[in-house]
Amino acid sequence: MIAKLILAGAALAVTVGLSACGEREQVIVYKQGKYQGKPDAQPWQSDPSASLYTSSKWTQGDKTSWEAAIRARNQNQNEYSRVQ
Amino acid sequence: MKFLCDAERCIECNGCVTACKNENEVPWGVNRRRVVTINDGVVGAEKSISVACMHCSDAPCMAVCPVDCFYRTDEGVVLHDKDLCIGCGYCFYACPFGAPQFPQAGAFGLRGKMDKCTFCAGGPEKDLSREEFQKYGSNRLAQGKLPACAEMCSTKALLGGDGDMIADIYRQRVLKRGKGSEVWGWGTAYGKPDQKPAAAAGAKS
Repeated sequence: MIAKLILAGAALAVTVGLSACGEREQVIVYKQGKYQGKPDAQPWQSDPSASLYTSSKWTQGDKTSWEAAIRARNQNQNEYSRVQ
Repeated sequence: MKFLCDAERCIECNGCVTACKNENEVPWGVNRRRVVTINDGVVGAEKSISVACMHCSDAPCMAVCPVDCFYRTDEGVVLHDKDLCIGCGYCFYACPFGAPQFPQAGAFGLRGKMDKCTFCAGGPEKDLSREEFQKYGSNRLAQGKLPACAEMCSTKALLGGDGDMIADIYRQRVLKRGKGSEVWGWGTAYGKPDQKPAAAAGAKS
């Protein structure tokens, strides 16, 4: 009987002891938040002709053409493609 | 949309800072962008890098804002609504880059609403309107342009634009310039002249 109690006590001690060895998530998960402000318009919705001093041309409201214009302009930062 | 600064090329001219202040008419005391230099004066070890809002994919400012005034556009630009901002400064403590800035005025340093780099994308006012310019500065993305700091960078150390695009530009640059006997300096930043070793040796003799 005593041996059983000692065994049960030991099993309980091991269980409690090992429970402290659990891996805890250490990466902070940021909450994204819920934007409460005014809605913003998309840049491709603006009128290209209203832009000053720009060479970019796109169709108003067309995201794909705006992205193509931005990509083309992005290449101006690549001097290897400009000089060759 | 991302920024990428090539520390091998940055010459600490602060042209990006000036371009930003001029383009957005940033008030005195607020720097949306600044150049940080480490190992200042140590030959071969001095590096400069231009720092502003990095428009984080998982932005800590957005997470800690008690009034939820931040939002991320479809292009991955982190912006905020100044009409909601209460100027508490939580975002300043959360940001690892010190991007959020607060205009101060008066004898007691009264703190205004937060101001930060907008990737020249304005804010939640009508695009290209006077209100948008006064609150957030220029909206160059809506004009088919890229941020003034990156486009004005004289050495093209600072790249700004679509993440894949600037990564491709940087990759091409690194492959082109390679790595010579000296790991810093003009040759590393801009590449070696296309000369054959024999011709170069002949030119020397």
